Amino acid sequence: MIEIIKHGLLTSIQDLGRPGYFHLGIPLSGAMDRFAMRVANLLVGNSEDLAGLEAVFMGPQIKFEKDALVAVTGAEISVKIDDEEYPTWTTLKVKSGQVLSFGPLKSGARMYIAISGGIDVPMALGSRSTYLVGALGGVNGKAIAKGDRLPLGKNHGKVKEGTTLSDTLKPISSKQAELRVLPGLYWHRISPPSQKTFFDDEWKVALEIDRMGYRFKGGTKLEFVDREPPFGAGSDPSNIVDSCYSYGSIQVPGGVEPIILHRDAVSGGGYFTLGAVISADMDIIGQLQPNTPTFFKKVDMNEALQARLERVNLLEKVRTHINEQG
Amino acid sequence: METRYTFGGDEHLFVECSEEMSLEAFFKSLSLTEAIKKAGIKGITEICPANASFQLRFDPDIIKPNDLLQSVQIIEKAGKKIKRSIKTRIIEFPVLYNDPWTHETLMRFRDRHQMPDGTDLDYAAEINNHESVEGFIKAHSESPWFVTMVGFVAGLPFMYQMVDRDRQIQVPKYLRPRTDTPKLTLGHGGCFACIYSVKGAGGYQMFGITPMPIYDPTQSVEHLKDFMVFFRPGDIVKFRPIDMSEYEEIVQEIEMNQYRPVIKEVQFDLDQYNENTKKYNNELVKALKDDRDN
Repeated sequence: MIEIIKHGLLTSIQDLGRPGYFHLGIPLSGAMDRFAMRVANLLVGNSEDLAGLEAVFMGPQIKFEKDALVAVTGAEISVKIDDEEYPTWTTLKVKSGQVLSFGPLKSGARMYIAISGGIDVPMALGSRSTYLVGALGGVNGKAIAKGDRLPLGKNHGKVKEGTTLSDTLKPISSKQAELRVLPGLYWHRISPPSQKTFFDDEWKVALEIDRMGYRFKGGTKLEFVDREPPFGAGSDPSNIVDSCYSYGSIQVPGGVEPIILHRDAVSGGGYFTLGAVISADMDIIGQLQPNTPTFFKKVDMNEALQARLERVNLLEKVRTHINEQG
Repeated sequence: METRYTFGGDEHLFVECSEEMSLEAFFKSLSLTEAIKKAGIKGITEICPANASFQLRFDPDIIKPNDLLQSVQIIEKAGKKIKRSIKTRIIEFPVLYNDPWTHETLMRFRDRHQMPDGTDLDYAAEINNHESVEGFIKAHSESPWFVTMVGFVAGLPFMYQMVDRDRQIQVPKYLRPRTDTPKLTLGHGGCFACIYSVKGAGGYQMFGITPMPIYDPTQSVEHLKDFMVFFRPGDIVKFRPIDMSEYEEIVQEIEMNQYRPVIKEVQFDLDQYNENTKKYNNELVKALKDDRDN
């Protein structure tokens, strides 16, 4: 068991998600930064799909009731066990009775805390991920709260204390973000000049950012191609007959502020989407802080698949790298 | 109806059956998604039918996007004939129109509405040329509605009114979305009705509330014990106006796990429906009455 002494700002139990129910409006959920979640699990000897904690902007405070291995990945933050400071992306040993806590955030937005054995709350539709909107998964569908006592699983492999990821394998944090976008879906709805400004302009991450979606502001308002509204779509030029949304798809209500749907995406709705962020760049989004300058970069399907392959290879390297130290 | 294919990033294939909404477009989406499911194409991870379109989620490590596109286009060409008859169920939904909870909520968001001095029902009645709210409620509850999509959030149904197009209720969404909507609110946006499965933000007009739960992650409500989501695309819904005392009665029955929804299995045939919509609807609705009497 572990006991939550402070829950931070918003900390929830996540794993790699709950595929298979998007057709009923229940999204994938799971870690927004899947790479970080996988690596945290690997560093404590867990299989990559076990559940850990995702904390945004602020870390929780956790008291351990038994010895365990812990790893913190994702955002850069100072990690403390009792009063001593420890690095991120590293296998740490916590003894029964000790308290894991966090200092201020240095970069990124979300940290992932994996504990040997994984957090063993009951599965809901095949996953332990918390889907807050639908009150599903996690602890009774809720974010974790002060006083919660969370059970740990038993099965985990052996990883040596101090196992760490070399810098070349860690994501590079930068002051500015670039998100690669494959134009498509309802791309034809915006005018050719807007198709250009969308990619040329500098956008900034807005304040309305959560697990459902990230909003951006500051670029030129998009203009639409004239049309006779199709029956059922609604009169606003950014409306369509309600349809499915893709993960990573970018909707721009009224042409003003782009919203990228993330792991807790609404499964559909009546706004046009102009394309989607490629799967290789989805993890980056979960680490963006408000006001981060962001550029969207146009890519084609081949580039998207190449980038995806590079992510697969990177993860494979990480697995080997951790195994070699064990 | 030209089918349009496009990719949503490297993991989704989006297929628009028609730009505009019609039952014809929905049936095309439904029969194509069923054919795709049957074909068992490796690499497809999710099949999501929607009102007049559908989306496939796939793993590009297993199937190349263009190979998937070709496979689906072959299925579309092979199955030229759209399935026009489905076995489905009709469900009666008790609705307390003009209820105190959605009324309280809509009054809080008047500054985001087209008619700040009226209610959502006043506005919908006026722009759909009904002389009174009562007349509008009658039109809303008289004909059945077709569930043409389940989604947005957990288990929320989009419903398409089963009347001729010139009689279809159409209301724009709020000017700016609300930050609050009571759970189980009966909403309306564009040509679609919906039932909000959870409390939360929303932009649809609010007409009333149903006491019958449609999503229960704890699966303790009797009619949601087998699965937490009630609706599936293809369901037919008939609203029945109720008063406050019946609303309270049903809420109590649900709490005591004694409530049983009125549901009847029916065959729906699009051609017969098109031939004489009113007569066909009457037959469908009659099935409910038989069920209630049993």
